[in-house]
Amino acid sequence: MKYSYFPGCSLKGLGRSYEESLLPVMKQLGVEIAELEDWNCCGATAYMSVDEAKAGVLAARNLAIAEKSGPHDLLTPCSACYLVLNKTKHNLEDFPDIRDTVHNALRRGHLTYSGNTKVRHPLDVLVHDVGLEAIKQKVVRPLKGLKVAPYYGCQVVRPYSTFDDAWNPTTMDRLLAALGAEVVHYPLKTKCCGGSLTGTVPEAGLRLTYILLKEAVRRGADVIATICPLCQFNLDAYHDQIDRRWGPARIPTVYFTQLMGLAFGLPARQLGLQRNFIPMKALGTERATV
Amino acid sequence: MNANGKNGELRIGFYICHCGHNIAGVVDCPAVAEYVAKLPGVAVSRDYKYMCSDPGQELIQQDIREHKLNRVVVASCSPLLHEATFRKAVAAGGLNPFFFQMVNIREHDSWVHTDRAAATTKAKALAHAAVRRVRFHKALETTRVPIHPDVLVVGGGISGIHAAITIANAGKKVFLVERDPSIGGHMAKFDKTFPTLDCAACILTPKMSAVRSHENITLWTYSEVVKVEGYVGNYTVTVKRKPRYVNEDLCVGCQECIKACVYKEGKFPDEFNVGLSKRKPVYIPFPQAVPQVVVIDPHYCLQLKTGKCKKTCLEACADRQAIDFTQKEELVEIKVGNIILATGFKLFDAKRIPQYGYGLYPNVVTSIELERLVTSSGPTSGEIVLRDGKPPKSVGFILCVGSRDMKTNRWCSRTCCMHSMKLAQLVREHTDADVTVFYLDIRAPGKGCEEFYDKSLRDGIQFVRGRVAEVTDWALAPEEEGKLVIRVEDTLAGFVRRIPVDMIVLAVGMEPHADAQDVRRLFNLSCGSEGWFLEKHPKLAPVSTFTDGVFIAGCCQGPKDIPDSIAQAGAAAAEAMALIDKGYIEQEPNTAYILEQDCSGCKSCLPLCPFTAITFDEAKQKASINAALCKGCGTCVAACPSGSIHQNLFEDEEIFSEIDGVLSYA
Repeated sequence: MKYSYFPGCSLKGLGRSYEESLLPVMKQLGVEIAELEDWNCCGATAYMSVDEAKAGVLAARNLAIAEKSGPHDLLTPCSACYLVLNKTKHNLEDFPDIRDTVHNALRRGHLTYSGNTKVRHPLDVLVHDVGLEAIKQKVVRPLKGLKVAPYYGCQVVRPYSTFDDAWNPTTMDRLLAALGAEVVHYPLKTKCCGGSLTGTVPEAGLRLTYILLKEAVRRGADVIATICPLCQFNLDAYHDQIDRRWGPARIPTVYFTQLMGLAFGLPARQLGLQRNFIPMKALGTERATV
Repeated sequence: MNANGKNGELRIGFYICHCGHNIAGVVDCPAVAEYVAKLPGVAVSRDYKYMCSDPGQELIQQDIREHKLNRVVVASCSPLLHEATFRKAVAAGGLNPFFFQMVNIREHDSWVHTDRAAATTKAKALAHAAVRRVRFHKALETTRVPIHPDVLVVGGGISGIHAAITIANAGKKVFLVERDPSIGGHMAKFDKTFPTLDCAACILTPKMSAVRSHENITLWTYSEVVKVEGYVGNYTVTVKRKPRYVNEDLCVGCQECIKACVYKEGKFPDEFNVGLSKRKPVYIPFPQAVPQVVVIDPHYCLQLKTGKCKKTCLEACADRQAIDFTQKEELVEIKVGNIILATGFKLFDAKRIPQYGYGLYPNVVTSIELERLVTSSGPTSGEIVLRDGKPPKSVGFILCVGSRDMKTNRWCSRTCCMHSMKLAQLVREHTDADVTVFYLDIRAPGKGCEEFYDKSLRDGIQFVRGRVAEVTDWALAPEEEGKLVIRVEDTLAGFVRRIPVDMIVLAVGMEPHADAQDVRRLFNLSCGSEGWFLEKHPKLAPVSTFTDGVFIAGCCQGPKDIPDSIAQAGAAAAEAMALIDKGYIEQEPNTAYILEQDCSGCKSCLPLCPFTAITFDEAKQKASINAALCKGCGTCVAACPSGSIHQNLFEDEEIFSEIDGVLSYA
């Protein structure tokens, strides 16, 4: 099982603990991962809303490099990258104007893209390609008693609900259950985390973040599991402001890959768990079955 | 009579109809008439404003007499509409009605083209083809087949009940077949009916009893049609009678066996109360059930499941000995002339819209569940309560759940607006709750329905226009704590609202039954793209189908309320009776026949016939076709390797000349 890998900027910066946990987990499962050479910014949703064609060029360059590197699916952990690359693929299929602009630009860079490379999220790959059975076999330290709120964020299932339901995704719920965790009923699982509004219009953005946090606390969760770097940052980084505005709603937010790493028996530091503002309480060692 | 007149001379009359502007607006009719006039064999060629009118038909008859016509061609609309009209006119003029050919230049030409010159060219080519073809037409006779006077009604809801009683009252025998253990259908579950708020049971149960006691009705509940053979007037139907493990003739409905069952309390979801209460393995579906006969559910009955039970029910039944654990499924064959399908609908499964939280939040209920709660014979004896037994202080109705929705069902279910308003008024009557209705549009077109909407507004029911986004249980404000919160864009106020309520009622829409496609195949019907049974014509033949002698009534044809269902049931009954009282079916002579001397006896045709009209004469080693069974599909004609099978009205020379005619126009 081999995949090309597009980390995007987040996984090398703010969201480095996502990469720090993703790579060893994949290695444990025998999944081979090759980072794209000379990848560039996906353009994020910001550029898309300014100029879709030019933003498409930026994103399509990554797709072209991936296609050149081999016939593997492109693993894209960041939800924003995942959405932008998928949207670019759709735009190239549906809009001849954008297709022409993008292909002309790629040609000047001595690149082509025929549309073959699939853009895949690690959650999709882990559950559907690797499979829950294979994952279960690697669990040496089940997350027994750990109550987890599964939080998917908006972008991974909308608008392209390619591998799960747009309203009620359950892929991560099943994965967490396979790790032995207790999955908390969390109907806010695809609600907006505030996105970039936490920085630009905090009044609106932080309110959304607060709702997610306080509902996770109210429903008895020990930890929120996320699959997106921006979600993780918003839910983790603004607790002081949230405390001031609405009162405390303290709960750690970690990547689902970090929980997988813990269940696989990897040490917390190796999974980047020390980087959290709100730290996750250590799991009792008595649960280790090694 | 010599087909080509006394001297063998061919004298064709050609008529092109303007159909007002329908045809003449696009096709140059006089030019077509002028063109046809010059074709060989054409004696008369005319254009006329409305050929189907009395003067138009008179024109044909007059020409037959005056110009000694022996063939007639009319270029006008679809044969479906007026072929019979013109054949009659030809016959009235003294010719065999099959010396006639019709050309469809409306649906096939003027309605689908805009270029006048090209459309005129096409009309000429089509007319030329018919003129060439009609030369080879033969004098044919229709045959008459007697009609079996009995009728089968499938489905014992209000539509089937009404159709059965109507026909039975006219003195005809009716078989009423119902899948469930009792007739009554959805209506039996209702408390009151809109817009009059009269008691549903009071108007339904007398009709149910009438079915049971009617001397002309044979009622088979817990039964299903499994096979249908034959054709209009002469259907052979096989009905599967499921074992109820109780002898219907011996059981008097005393229900002592139910009391005596080893299960002291009900344990299994009660279908009639849509799972809101529990029943025992031995049960009667509801107090007014018809027939008043107990059923034993083999899925739950200990004796039937394990063979190990004290069988206290048998003791209770004592000398009657109505309980019979050895009962087996039975197949019964009946003969009927007409069939009325009134198989109804199923309700939309609200779990398909997960954002409304049905199945997740206990106080989100469907409209039919609330209907059972509000009924005095229901699980709460008519009290509207939350799952914790307390009365709700606020209730929200969400409309169009599984209707008018691109993601689920696109059609309007037609009854949910009124049904919800009825329930809303009943909630106001039974509780002190505030009621808010969330709607897209209020559709209240029925008689007295708009007035009912007015009354709802006057009674203080709140209406918020907008499709509800979601139902959640998380609170933003103190007044939302512990409530269900409806998030909706109020499209009249122009902003997003959060409205906390105690109970949410989902007005689930109607859908075709899960097995509608199987039923469709069984009765040889068509379905529209949504899966409802398709009527022969949406306006002019709303209860007929493309299969003669099979009629549809009620919600199996599409969502409708009780008055509309009854109207259709009555219409279907009248259509069936019209056929019965006529006494015979006139069959088109477009049947296939075998030229015996050419038949090699290869039997290729035998398995192909969908109507089992072909038999094999072992003595002669030849196939032969029963004209009464042949529906003229032409399958055997095309398949016969020796070319010995021919078909009236579709003879080779007729079809080849028609093709020559189309191609000869340059």
